[in-house]
Amino acid sequence: MKERIENEMKLEFASKATNESFARITVAAFASQLDPTIEELADIKTAVSEAVTNCIIHAYENKQGTIKINAQLKENQIIIQISDNGKGIENVDIAKEPLYTTKPNLERSGMGFTIMESFMDSMKVESIVGLGTKVTLIKTIKKQEEKEKEDEIVSLTKE
Amino acid sequence: MESKFYEDNKLLVFKITDEIDDCSVQKIRRRADYEIERYMPKKVIFDFNSVTFMDSAGIGLIIGRYKFANMLGGKLEVANLTQNVKKIFEMSGILKLIPVTQI
Ligand SMILES: Nc1ncnc2c1ncn2[C@@H]1O[C@H](COP(=O)(O)OP(=O)(O)OP(=O)(O)O)[C@@H](O)[C@H]1O
Ligand SMILES: [Mg+2]
Repeated sequence: MKERIENEMKLEFASKATNESFARITVAAFASQLDPTIEELADIKTAVSEAVTNCIIHAYENKQGTIKINAQLKENQIIIQISDNGKGIENVDIAKEPLYTTKPNLERSGMGFTIMESFMDSMKVESIVGLGTKVTLIKTIKKQEEKEKEDEIVSLTKE
Repeated sequence: MESKFYEDNKLLVFKITDEIDDCSVQKIRRRADYEIERYMPKKVIFDFNSVTFMDSAGIGLIIGRYKFANMLGGKLEVANLTQNVKKIFEMSGILKLIPVTQI
């Protein structure tokens, strides 16, 4: 069995829409050390994209600001923290509800938090109005043996 | 994004070839609205075959074009949804409103 080493990376970048793809691709490249499937990697990319986009359009409202990402690998888990020093969220429970958006005029759908929650294993949102927001996303990447076992079961049940 | 208008059946097909996020969506939206207004199609189809990435920006994009096409008397459908795109659309509930078609 391959040893899972612990690892960490930090990223700091300007709050600009052009950095959305940079951020998700960088985190995905880091996560690839855990041997995720294409689907698991797509899930991570989408969740990071949602969190970073929220910083740009809600926290800083397209004004200047800095976004920070910290990612850690622990055994077969990736823990991603995305934080801003923007306007903050008054009521996090309401903000997390599906279809809730404060920017419907910009064709936002209010699905960002719902997507993060369902594409990752867990999501935590901490926010202080006027100070900023921190989103913590965790996903466990299944070990290769478990994936193979699942594939076996699927092929057995198909026979 | 590539587009093709079929005069005979007034069908306008958009093939999205970019990643769909908050950054890219504005350009796609402007181009799509411009062509919908120009051709006044009976049906608009968005082809997702070449979409390598999409986040929630894609939901707003499709609902927005659905409303715009409707306002001008046309219908809207989506085609060739990749696994990731399908998951996001299903979660948002828009597939109850917008048919998935074959092209
Ligand atoms: N980093 C943040 N700073 C301040 N407010 C935020 C932040 N993230 C989210 N919010 C608030 O929470 C609401 C819900 O966020 P969510 O991502 O679920 O939906 P949305 O961004 O409005 O739409 P979508 O993500 O579907 O395009 C936002 O409308 C905004 O009011
Ligand atoms: Mg969002």
